[in-house]
Amino acid sequence: MTAAQLLPLIVATPLLGAALLVAAGRRLPRFAAEVMGFVFSAGAAAWAVTLLVLSPSADSRAVEWMGGWRPRDGASVGIVLVGDRVGVGLAALTSVLVVAALAYSWRYFDEPPHRHAGSFPALILLFQAGMCGFVLTGDLFNAFVFFELMGVVAYALTGYRVEEARAVQGALTFGIINSLGGYTTLFGIGLLYAHTGELGLAQIGARLDAHPHAGRPDALVLAAFVLVLTGLLVKAAAVPFHFWLPDAHAVAPTPVCILLSGVIVELGVYGTARVYWTVFAGPGGIPEPSVHRALLTLGVLTALLGAVMCWQQRHLKRLLAFSSVSHTGLFLIGVSVLTPEGLGGTILYVLAHAGVKAALFACAGILLDRFSSVDEHELHGRAHQLPLVGGLFAAGGLALAGLPPFGTGLGKAVSEEAAGWWPTCVFVAASALTGGAVLRASARIFLGWGPRPSGNPETTTGKDEEPETRGPLRRIPDTMLAVPVALMAGALAVGLVPGLWPAVGQAADAFTDHAGYTAAVLGTGEPAPPPVTPAPHWTGVGVALGLLSSVLALALAWTAVRRPATDEPARWAAPLHRLQSGHLGDYVAFTLAGIALLTALVW
Amino acid sequence: MSVLPYLAAGWIFLVGCYGLATSRNLIHAVGCLSVCQSSTYVLLLAVGYRRGGTAPVFADITPGSRPVVDPVVQALALTDVVVGATVTALLLALVIQTAKRHGTVDPDELSELRG
Repeated sequence: MTAAQLLPLIVATPLLGAALLVAAGRRLPRFAAEVMGFVFSAGAAAWAVTLLVLSPSADSRAVEWMGGWRPRDGASVGIVLVGDRVGVGLAALTSVLVVAALAYSWRYFDEPPHRHAGSFPALILLFQAGMCGFVLTGDLFNAFVFFELMGVVAYALTGYRVEEARAVQGALTFGIINSLGGYTTLFGIGLLYAHTGELGLAQIGARLDAHPHAGRPDALVLAAFVLVLTGLLVKAAAVPFHFWLPDAHAVAPTPVCILLSGVIVELGVYGTARVYWTVFAGPGGIPEPSVHRALLTLGVLTALLGAVMCWQQRHLKRLLAFSSVSHTGLFLIGVSVLTPEGLGGTILYVLAHAGVKAALFACAGILLDRFSSVDEHELHGRAHQLPLVGGLFAAGGLALAGLPPFGTGLGKAVSEEAAGWWPTCVFVAASALTGGAVLRASARIFLGWGPRPSGNPETTTGKDEEPETRGPLRRIPDTMLAVPVALMAGALAVGLVPGLWPAVGQAADAFTDHAGYTAAVLGTGEPAPPPVTPAPHWTGVGVALGLLSSVLALALAWTAVRRPATDEPARWAAPLHRLQSGHLGDYVAFTLAGIALLTALVW
Repeated sequence: MSVLPYLAAGWIFLVGCYGLATSRNLIHAVGCLSVCQSSTYVLLLAVGYRRGGTAPVFADITPGSRPVVDPVVQALALTDVVVGATVTALLLALVIQTAKRHGTVDPDELSELRG
């Protein structure tokens, strides 16, 4: 058995588990159903980790043609799975987070539907299969199918508590906007097929490169690029495609939030990078300056708007959701440099951010269980008997701000160095604001600092949230505490384990190698290996900037806590709040405006 | 190959988006989303069309004896239909639940999530 033959297993294992749970879930007790969920999700995680360890060198790619339909004379009708380090690594990250989410919900979901114990783990397993398939596929249409699979399951999981008014509304907005994005992507795939007659990423890229152009590419190629990217950027929640995300993340059950904020949003960024480098990075694709301009502009807008909105929130889950929006913007800036250095920094940032954000959502879930509220003002001073959760929450705030030696700090430092001086200012500002917002909330909630807030706000508060457990649990289950601790430790490890950094550097080198990918998939010759770039590492400037943004975050939080909370949200931010209207039609209109903006930027 | 089918596909997509943006009823909105999706069927079938081509079923014709339309896009359209049916069913279920919990299916009256 070769390493490549493990690839289908990573996708098939959770699918099989989901099918078994759906078939037998009605007769199984909850305990057995959850154990099954564990076994299958951990199985996929084990396959992914094995494959990572087995791969002989960093720039090798495991290629598996399903059913043995290999390309003959350069033409193929088969479907291919390609596992390079980045893809398999993301599959491993996804699977580990799925296991964490299942562990977290072990004692958590004590509510209906009681009659079918298998439904929640089955949905989570399907979700895992969709995500793993999306990162491993080497075929554009299959990527769309997996994209829709994980989308549909995500809508269902967001609206899992169907008895709640907010949950169904958030899930509906999520579903409609993301499906619209998906169909835009399919439209783009159709155009690419019309132009090249191929569906595989490598094959489309090879056909495009057969007709190199000096200046501006074909209008059809440009249109296809914009349309394919639109769906991926909707998933990544880049401004102005981001409106669905806070609504969905604020209402989803906490274990689902862990997955939504931890990986789904990042998969949108991954898809953007993958499609660009495999299809459009060659001489027949889109010129680098256009892509750089488009991604950088969207990234800066996303980072700043997300950070400002994050600062204005009092609903903890919404606050964390906007912080995810802001950080996606930073990831897009890191990718927009279009070099292995920028991508390597982004990979480290994504890895650590997944741990931190998942841990923060897990802490918010504990607060929701204890106090039936996730409202910063209402919880003021009430959680002082939870020192461990408070410590985790504050540590999460500092990690978001980029404090060394957290992995977020390392990822931020490396991306900043690659991006240049003025995007660096955006990095510092966005991470200080998002970290400061979390620190402000922890100072108020866990330490009771500042005047006690009162007042009747216009925006969404976290007051009347239904607890997700049947009555407060007698004590916080160990699993609910162990999961955020482990995830935060993982985020710390990304910045502390030097062995990881060269592996990430080599993975980024291989990921940005357009010719190498095509040759490996189609089996045509051995192109020159990509030039080796230095591995990501801590630098003096990076540490200083990380400390600067952490100090800024602390200062912001300190200033905010000392002032009366009735001043929040600030009056100057009212127009931004009005944009986030909760109205479906507005969001669709903004999506269309976003397509126009993207076209103008790429043109 | 005429450019008309491509223009028609684009037009159907935009009409669906217009309906979504101005919808006053969530069931209507889900319908509009299906209209958007139908544009991708039209596009895919237009891509695979060959003038004078017949169905790509080789039970009664010799391969190579006459042109056939592209079977790949038909497979894609079929997959697309399955995806669309799943999405529509799920969204309609959520609309029913919205009607129960909010007492309305008018997006203008859903104002729980904002700011």
